[in-house]
Amino acid sequence: MANPILVLAEQLRGGLADITFEMLGAGRALAGAAGAPLYAVLLGREAAPLAPKLGRADKVFVADHPQLDLAPAGAIAAALKSVMDQVGAGLVLVGCTNVSSGIGSLLAAKTGLPLVNFCRGAKAEGGALVFTSQLFGGKILSDVKLADGRGIACIYPGAFPADAGKSEATPPVEKVDVPVEPPAVVFKKYLEPEAGDVDITKQSILVGVGRGIQTRDNVQLAEDLALALGGAVCASRPVIDQGWLPLSRQVGKSGMSVRPRVYLALGISGAPEHWEGMQNSRCIIAVNTDPKAPIFDGSHYGAVCDVLELLPVLTDKIKARKG
Amino acid sequence: MNLYVLLKMVPDTVEELNVAADGKSLDAEFLRFKLSDPDEYALEQALLLKEQHGGSVTVVALDAPEVDDVLFTALAKGADRAVKIPIAQAGLGTVAAARVLADFLGSAPFAPDTLVLPGSQAIDDLEGELAPFLAAALKLPYVGVVCGVTPANGRVTVIKEFAGGLRAEFDVTLPAVLGIQSAEKPPRYVPVAKVRAVMKSAQIETVDLPPPARPGQLEIERTYKPEAAGRAEMLEGSPDEVADKLVDVLAKISVI
Repeated sequence: MANPILVLAEQLRGGLADITFEMLGAGRALAGAAGAPLYAVLLGREAAPLAPKLGRADKVFVADHPQLDLAPAGAIAAALKSVMDQVGAGLVLVGCTNVSSGIGSLLAAKTGLPLVNFCRGAKAEGGALVFTSQLFGGKILSDVKLADGRGIACIYPGAFPADAGKSEATPPVEKVDVPVEPPAVVFKKYLEPEAGDVDITKQSILVGVGRGIQTRDNVQLAEDLALALGGAVCASRPVIDQGWLPLSRQVGKSGMSVRPRVYLALGISGAPEHWEGMQNSRCIIAVNTDPKAPIFDGSHYGAVCDVLELLPVLTDKIKARKG
Repeated sequence: MNLYVLLKMVPDTVEELNVAADGKSLDAEFLRFKLSDPDEYALEQALLLKEQHGGSVTVVALDAPEVDDVLFTALAKGADRAVKIPIAQAGLGTVAAARVLADFLGSAPFAPDTLVLPGSQAIDDLEGELAPFLAAALKLPYVGVVCGVTPANGRVTVIKEFAGGLRAEFDVTLPAVLGIQSAEKPPRYVPVAKVRAVMKSAQIETVDLPPPARPGQLEIERTYKPEAAGRAEMLEGSPDEVADKLVDVLAKISVI
């Protein structure tokens, strides 16, 4: 039997993140092909009660030490290394998310194992594993081979179906002891999302703006369109970081996940971090000057065009059509 | 505070990226390089900390195309010292890069108020992010996806981003490595004339270090462009014509 595959279950505020099930589904397929067992790892006292939900794993290892609740990446990596050693694991799957940021790299540094980051695909080839990594803002893919199937893979949210990682079965649960050192990084408090004037997760029409909007003043052009359509303006990270729109309007990895009826992506290239937050929109319309922008690959409609030229004309025509 | 900012050059994805003849790497011929976005914010965060709390900012980079311009720009913005390590960044990979930078940073004991600030991640971080590898090599605490840093009583309070706009505060012992995602303000602008003046008056220090024994550990089988499987139905024409077609689309899906 091949070395076990471990999935680090990701939880926040007492709930399991979708990425946990996405990784369990991906891990199940790899484990099946390799003839390896699939184990889930839950760390922290808050996390322990979630074990019964991880029925897609052959076993769930739980370290319910309170210091592992919201622990820094270093403490999580040390605990994970200890579980790896105890069960003889060969492959570890970790979420490529903000919550789990750095855990994979720290574990790679501790174990000397190779890490493949930004994974969107995974397959077994004999005893080897091949992971597909999405690089350069989604413009390039690399297939990376772990010849002996040993390593760490950081899995992008949304890359694998979550349903494949869910099961009604009740998994066996085993407690493990892991070393817990006094942390040099201590959680103090949550900073709740700003309420903002508009809840973009509840809008059915969203006008999303990115770097292509160029200046703070031009955001008004998008506001005019949103007003004409009866929707709201949201943005990708560069626009928020410039302070042109409040944090409550950010869509993507750190921001909101939205699923409106229609999402207009204007001057947004479609980097994976943004795509993560709006990929489930029912209809995506992308406008960008770069014909190779990755946003076009997943959109329903697209136009290669300068949004600054398009916006005023489009707003006028919509007003005219609506009468 | 004793602030180190690590600057990394990445290909500008606004330009077309092509795969080289080896089928594994990027074709370097037409690549245009720029400073990695999170590193811009790391520099800004360091400059803000220096302005508010005193100290010095050292920017450090490996050798890469156009990196001198970036280092001089950092000096023009207010960095006190710019260091270039003449080992090519290309093909090095995160693990080997972290080893080289740790050799440089760890060559003398850290002052107790030291912060090492790489960007939280880069678009070519195939082997993982620099900040955690560096923290492991230097045996320092690490927090990533940081968007705010406030010193207090010989420690720092940092804000880390989660998802859905949720953030959290962490208390971090110094010295530490923080992967910076964004700063409290957008990166400052510096006029080209000022950069030119700095080029005449300031120097980039060169620090020679032995190259790492094992660059780029991963076995890349193939590098390629994604197939545009679900490619959008493209609307052609002038902005005026595109607008007409978009109005029709919006009417078709009953949005207007």
